Amino acid sequence: MIANFMAWIEKRLPLMDAMNKHAAQYPAPKNFNFWYVFGILASVVLVNQILTGIWLTMSYEPTGEGAFASIEYIMRDVDYGWLLRYMHSTGASAFFIVVYMHMFRGMMYGSYQKPRELLWIFGMLIFLVLMAEAFMGYLLPWGNMSYWGAQVIISLFGAIPIIGDDLTLWIRGDYVISGATLNRFFALHVIAMPLVLVILVFLHILALHEVGSNNPEGTDIKKKKGSIKPEELSKFTFHKQYSEKYDIVDAIPFHPYYTVKDLVAVVIFLIVFCWVLFFAPEGGGYFIEAPNFEPANNLKTPEHIVPVWYFGPFFTILRVVPDKLLGMITMFAAIGVLFALPWFDRGTVKSLRFRSKAHMINLTQFVICFVALGVLGTMAGTELTNFIGRIATLGYFGFFVAIWFYSKNEKTKPVPERVSG
Amino acid sequence: MNKFIRAFTFGIFALVPMLTLASSGGVHLDKAGNDLTDKESLKRGFESYINYCLGCHQLQYQRYGRTFADLGISDADGVANFMYTGEKVGDHITNTMPAKEAAKWFGSAPPDLTLEARLRSPDWIYTYLRSFYVDPSRPFGVNNTVFKDVGMPHVLQGLQGIRTMDEHGKLSEATGGSMTVEEYDAFARDLANFLEYTAEPSKLERQAMGYWVIGFLFIFLIFAYLLKVEYWKDVH
Amino acid sequence: MSNAPVNNGRRRFLTAATSVVGGVGVVGLAVPFIGSWNPSAKAKAAGAPVEVNVSKIEPGQLIRAEWRGKPVYVVRRTKEILSTLAAHDGQLKDPSSAEPQQPVYATNEYRSINPEILVALGVCTHLGCAPTHHKGDFEQHVSGVKDGFFCPCHGSKFDMAGRVFQSVPAPTNLVIPEHSFPTDGTLLIGISPGEA
Repeated sequence: MIANFMAWIEKRLPLMDAMNKHAAQYPAPKNFNFWYVFGILASVVLVNQILTGIWLTMSYEPTGEGAFASIEYIMRDVDYGWLLRYMHSTGASAFFIVVYMHMFRGMMYGSYQKPRELLWIFGMLIFLVLMAEAFMGYLLPWGNMSYWGAQVIISLFGAIPIIGDDLTLWIRGDYVISGATLNRFFALHVIAMPLVLVILVFLHILALHEVGSNNPEGTDIKKKKGSIKPEELSKFTFHKQYSEKYDIVDAIPFHPYYTVKDLVAVVIFLIVFCWVLFFAPEGGGYFIEAPNFEPANNLKTPEHIVPVWYFGPFFTILRVVPDKLLGMITMFAAIGVLFALPWFDRGTVKSLRFRSKAHMINLTQFVICFVALGVLGTMAGTELTNFIGRIATLGYFGFFVAIWFYSKNEKTKPVPERVSG
Repeated sequence: MNKFIRAFTFGIFALVPMLTLASSGGVHLDKAGNDLTDKESLKRGFESYINYCLGCHQLQYQRYGRTFADLGISDADGVANFMYTGEKVGDHITNTMPAKEAAKWFGSAPPDLTLEARLRSPDWIYTYLRSFYVDPSRPFGVNNTVFKDVGMPHVLQGLQGIRTMDEHGKLSEATGGSMTVEEYDAFARDLANFLEYTAEPSKLERQAMGYWVIGFLFIFLIFAYLLKVEYWKDVH
Repeated sequence: MSNAPVNNGRRRFLTAATSVVGGVGVVGLAVPFIGSWNPSAKAKAAGAPVEVNVSKIEPGQLIRAEWRGKPVYVVRRTKEILSTLAAHDGQLKDPSSAEPQQPVYATNEYRSINPEILVALGVCTHLGCAPTHHKGDFEQHVSGVKDGFFCPCHGSKFDMAGRVFQSVPAPTNLVIPEHSFPTDGTLLIGISPGEA
């Protein structure tokens, strides 16, 4: 009876087939390491944000008069409201931590290289939409830092020649940031951006499963059909979409092997996440900033206006350029070059393990510069921070310039034919 | 790979102290040594708040009833001892000071203090309450080392007395108050403690729940880990 | 599901055990999401018991109070009304208040704590309209009964104990809310006697 029903469904919508294709019979390289858990963690955080976000809208009031008080209403009057709110606010920071790690993994193992360029671009689009989503969400508590942070970022658009002033007016819908701005940000934050985000995540995963997962060695687990002796093939069964086209080696089905492994990673992540949530929800003043415990006040600027930590790197790049328009262009260029990374890197060897010393040094300095930019972004600007920030900005862009030069004729180590781990 | 990690670690460790140096320092704050589980202290702080602060500073997000329940005060006792203006137990702790008028009197309207302990810090409140000193150049004749040129008069002068500042910027001991220095410090600590409570009434509940959740996750981790090891026997 | 080459009892046990522990986690996670739908402190404060001074109500007079967004009728019934209540028991659907439309302490012939004071929700049990009080001119609706409530929406009729007459759309008697008299002359709607 149930079997008949399932068969009836399957004939009309091949759900089981899709499950097999994307999980139970999806060939994943068997040598994934620590760095390969952040994709799953990002999905976990996404689900957390969507669920707690839906629940928060049930008690939140998107008006200039009521927004701040409604957050305190959630924190005090709604049963478990404080928990839902902290899950959402901690989740926002956690999202960026796991996404930054995920991106770094891609850079380290060359997961953006051919044939995964589109996969990387979808990932970058997710990152971009995520930043917009976080920026708009940060205005909603209507605290004074929310207000002034948004003020500063929106003012950026004023630097655009000719249309700048009209554009900022149009974005705000008022002469200052006001209830009108809050309302439109609320609509975008709870409906538009999440919708786009979910679609992009879907496409990101589809694109991944089309080209297949990379691995820490950057070797291909899909070999030309007929090139591998039968006894060397992976002993597992894979979906015919993969196995009919290729000989598959050194691979295991995503489910159950990586589902159980990722479960361990998810639980460890949750332990850290819950520790912050229950014992340090303000994240040392970085996840929820102290000036945000005061309602938005258009006549009183907080002492240091700094954005939330995850915008730090890009904010610093903006700040250290002495010209407003150039600063904005540089900031957007910093994101733009990441999009173009698959074309900056002209090499064919993917993994850091087999690439040149130059690449090792280049990537190291990039990470140091990126972290430095991030730390500087959370601090008040001084001569010294601007000086360090400029060096770090050079290092950031220098990474892309350098890789373009050395990757063409890079001295690499031989990449093993087969996964060694 | 090792080289990479070493270089990376070195970079981070070299960078952080440099950046810490670059950040600016603030005013020195004394430690209040708050204890949210000390209900007697919270009650004293609540009582002092009602008597000395509420006239100007509201707690507009905090309800009387919740405060009574969390501090272990029965509603009947609460109404008799803490509520003077005929509000209902479910009402927020507010006053009737007109904000516009108040802004005229003090330069700016006295802020709501529900979240003050999170906006500043409990230690800030504790230090601030003890740091008023004579400054004839100010409208109310007092200034504060923690909050320069504050618009607030030293409401608690009758209790603490007043301090003076010498030419090195050091404050004298307070004289002329009804309390000793220790008594006044305890008084300020109770208030700071109470305001830490109002800033986040669910703080103790949050921490208590945290132990359970994390404890559960560790148990779950054991099962998940054993399961992973079991399945991966196929792979290795 | 799994196409693993080996399968044994340990594996089945660990899968089941992890699923059970994970299930407990999911149930735990659902608690805040479900719990947050309960009335908030704000709703509870707004729905707190309402105090009514009943000492000033003239005999036969009705006053309206509002409790949890609903009208509450408070009537001081005269001796005459009380004594005639039993006379029309035969015309009622539920003369002895068998349906739980009132707290146990008001399950009596007068449907009240204090026989004189009727406290009833002014909400017709048919579709929620507010019945009108007819003082002395109820005979146009039920002959022989001088006082009662008539619902203008669909013609439901109730007597002065809020009991519904036969052959009207309303299925049950008017609801008597929890109430108590902490002192003589003070009515507290929304809280039973003895509760603090």
